[in-house]
Amino acid sequence: MFKISTTPHINSPVTTQSLMRDVLIALTPAIIVSLLMFGINALRVLLTSVAACVMFEYLITRYLLKAKNTTSDLSAVITGVLLAFNLPSSMPTWMILIGAFVAIGIAKIAFGGLGKNIFNPALVGRVFLFISFPVQMTQWPKPDFLSFMNTDTVTSATTLGILKHIDVSSSATIKASQVSLTELPNYWQMFIGYTGGCIGEVSALALFIGLVYMLLRRVITWHIPFYYVATFFMLTAITWFNTDNIHFEPITNILSGGLLLGAFFMATDYVTSPMTRQGQIIFAVGCGILTYIIRFYSAYPEGVSFAILIMNAFVPLIDKFTPQRVYGTKRK
Amino acid sequence: MCNKKTFSLGGIHLNKHKISALSPIQEAGVPPLVYIPVKQHIGAPAQIIVKVGDKVKIGTLLAKANEGISANVHSSVAGEIKKIEEIEAENGYSEQVITIQTSADEYEEGIDNSEEINNDIPQSLEEIKELIKSAGIVGMGGAGFPTPIKTSIPENKSVQYLIINGIECEPYLTADGALMLEKPEQIVIGAKILNKVLGIQNAIIAIDENKPQAIEKITKITKRYIGVNVAVCKSKYPQGGEKQLITAITGREVPSGRLPIDVGCVVQNVATVFAVYEAVMKHKPLYERIVTVSGDTSITTAGNYRTRIGTPAEYLLDLAQTDKSKISKLLFGGPMMGTAATNLHSPINKKTGGLLVLQAQEATKPDESCCIRCGKCAEVCPVGLMPFAIASNLRRNNTAPLKALHVADCIECGSCAYTCPAKVPLLDYCKLGKYEVHKQK
Amino acid sequence: MSDIFWLNILIIGGIALCSAILLHITAKKFSIPTDVKEDQIDAVLPQANCGGCGFAGCRDFARACAHSTPTNFSTLYCPVGKSDVMQKVSRILGYNAQARKETCAVLHCNGSCQAAPQKINYEGLKNCRVAHLTTVGESECPDGCLRFGDCVSVCQFGALSIDKDTGLPVVDANKCTSCGACVNICPRHLFEIRPISENNQQVYVACQNKQKGAVARKNCKNACIACKKCALICPEITIENNLSDIPSSISPQEFGQKLKETCPTGAIIYQTQVKREKKNV
Repeated sequence: MFKISTTPHINSPVTTQSLMRDVLIALTPAIIVSLLMFGINALRVLLTSVAACVMFEYLITRYLLKAKNTTSDLSAVITGVLLAFNLPSSMPTWMILIGAFVAIGIAKIAFGGLGKNIFNPALVGRVFLFISFPVQMTQWPKPDFLSFMNTDTVTSATTLGILKHIDVSSSATIKASQVSLTELPNYWQMFIGYTGGCIGEVSALALFIGLVYMLLRRVITWHIPFYYVATFFMLTAITWFNTDNIHFEPITNILSGGLLLGAFFMATDYVTSPMTRQGQIIFAVGCGILTYIIRFYSAYPEGVSFAILIMNAFVPLIDKFTPQRVYGTKRK
Repeated sequence: MCNKKTFSLGGIHLNKHKISALSPIQEAGVPPLVYIPVKQHIGAPAQIIVKVGDKVKIGTLLAKANEGISANVHSSVAGEIKKIEEIEAENGYSEQVITIQTSADEYEEGIDNSEEINNDIPQSLEEIKELIKSAGIVGMGGAGFPTPIKTSIPENKSVQYLIINGIECEPYLTADGALMLEKPEQIVIGAKILNKVLGIQNAIIAIDENKPQAIEKITKITKRYIGVNVAVCKSKYPQGGEKQLITAITGREVPSGRLPIDVGCVVQNVATVFAVYEAVMKHKPLYERIVTVSGDTSITTAGNYRTRIGTPAEYLLDLAQTDKSKISKLLFGGPMMGTAATNLHSPINKKTGGLLVLQAQEATKPDESCCIRCGKCAEVCPVGLMPFAIASNLRRNNTAPLKALHVADCIECGSCAYTCPAKVPLLDYCKLGKYEVHKQK
Repeated sequence: MSDIFWLNILIIGGIALCSAILLHITAKKFSIPTDVKEDQIDAVLPQANCGGCGFAGCRDFARACAHSTPTNFSTLYCPVGKSDVMQKVSRILGYNAQARKETCAVLHCNGSCQAAPQKINYEGLKNCRVAHLTTVGESECPDGCLRFGDCVSVCQFGALSIDKDTGLPVVDANKCTSCGACVNICPRHLFEIRPISENNQQVYVACQNKQKGAVARKNCKNACIACKKCALICPEITIENNLSDIPSSISPQEFGQKLKETCPTGAIIYQTQVKREKKNV
């Protein structure tokens, strides 16, 4: 029997699974840094989160929906890693399980599974935990290089937390702020990841390596990360020059917090970002502006996850108004 | 020589698999029976003017072009007409053919069968036009549009460029490349003839950068002929698409829904140009062409064959020592746009540039999964369409927005479906969309 | 205390008054004049918005009815609501509605998986129209049913389903409204809206293959081979393009059984009971 198929008769070797695998490879440097900095606890958070995400996806698709099992496309693994990256290493295990359930069960499968979710599942999980358990979500164990078994939690504030504190207290108690300033890590510490924070966001270097890998493998294009970070940089730089307030110092702001993790790995999520180039730029600029507003003019020190989630909601609208130019039609 | 040219919108890089790129053109010979289809072109089928039992020679007119868009069909062999029948075409639908039992080669009068290069172009424009018309030349790149109609310019239009398409961007196919290597001067003379027909002095032979020998040879020859130049194009799919090539060479864009002539361009395939040379300088009608036989090297030996029109595919496959029991898919044309054949005995026609055999593993389409909204389909589309949007509308039987999505401009190159990581058959949806838009008219 | 009380009353009352005025103005300004008759007709229509009447939807059809004259009203017909609805519409307009014959869709192909077995392996979008554009179809009959069920997906009334054994779509005449969606979508034009006789019967040729008998037979056992035996029974039957054509005007009761028995291939289908009897619930 001859095979008759529609054209094209050949297909590129790139599949959903291979793309997801590339993203996982790109996440590996950050995983290694998190293990080096936060030891056995980071491993616990990562393993719990990944296992729970995969398990929930498998159980729900298999027993609740009785549909095709989709865990082999590795998207649940990525959600698990990203969720863990957004948690502090002291997070209790049962809370991680709840976060994973919200991420996979509510943010992803309730919307129809991979490709149909509006919001980034990992971010929904994180924000859910952040609102439900604010205390646990804002205790940051001090990074302790290469001491794997050290499980006692010495909490430290994150760089952004310190900055926010200075900003709030600057006029009242200048003394307190000067004390805090000495706690600020230097650029180098922030760049390699010797700073407090969620386990995946601390090392800019590891995230950059991941980004370069994804760009080389053509998993993503440079547009969303670049425009996101550039917009944020411009806004902070302008405010910094005008006010001379250390809180707005752009380099520290970019290297600390979840900005790079968000810009490289979460804003670039295929499913929840616009599909055309023009739309992606609008999306990234919007993320940058919202991050700036939330970080500096709201009660939260960190704004990346909210910014991306808000822009996620605008994606259908952006897609609608940014069609590609069709060959042979007028340039706008 | 100028810089490497290409189109700006979309495009993909394919693994070329040009196994037979440097193999010489071999003579395929004469099969015992040939089946000559009366419709090998776009438009109306030709009218049969012979009957069963007639003796024919090579070049005898079998069917005369109909009114409007049509083309003559000539005999490719000498012999006796056995039947005028309906047989299965490569896509499985039936087509009318003239079946000829062959005997020893015998040429119609006036056909110059020597290899000698003749560059003494006739003075009379009318004579040239008549020769091209009577030779039954059609676009041999795959579209099959009758050349005389393409080269007769409406009064209110003007031509600035004649673009000779030597790109051959489909993987595996090497027929045009082999022709450029072996008959470079003939192609250049053919270009001069078409220049004369169009009344211009600006023919550009566009060649893919992955054919350095052909570029070298033709560039050397064009130095001796005024008005014919070479442009080197980047190796990118679908560089050989008519509109993409025009944009690459001239920077102009053919407006949506219009023809190349609207931007002053005429595009002809190199094989067509060679056929023009043969028709005008050698008085040879179009009765043979170069066909690449290629594919899975474990079941076939790849090569380029000078094949008589009407030769059954089976004959060529035998010639290439193909293990027919292992064929899982047989393609007429390239792997991106070719037709999957339902049978082995369909005849080669004027448009067939290649036969491709694939084994079970390569021939199987991967399973489809959910769209992950990566947008790669829109990124690679050389027309700038959004295949994901077309597909999602058609899944819901929603045909209203198709026109606004410009699905009618799709050139069916298959870049979207090739690239899709979820393996959604996007091109199928685009074809469906075109069909629906056409129906709405 | 009372000051605050009265102030509140004043503010809330004031807001209420302002909104009321605003609402009134906007309602006046943006109101669209509607035709009373159009509204009445729209109310009796089935609201399936299937387009079977040839208009964009029920509202469009209602407008056309309201603007019709007694002469061109007869050209308007709602295939879903049938004569019941048309009678109501004509009553609203004060016209006479003519009763139409009952109809349903029939499939002019009997190329089941058994009669026309799969010969090639089609891979690609499982869609009749795409398959039709790409190739001849799995059974290699160039005019036969492709068995991918585009008609089923387009039917809004659930009247079509694919029979698992034969692979062919079956029409549930009770649900079929003759809207014509299947007729339009089938790339091989295999559906016809055919009248049902008064005694609930139909007889038709279930084949559209125009190839010569032997070729057609090679691909499908149930193909019409144009043997002309049916034409001998009933002179109204014509043979054209290697295909028999049974006009819908002949009586199924009179010829049906005989035609069915005579046909050597089984291309003629005689339905003795097109619509199921309605059970009293």
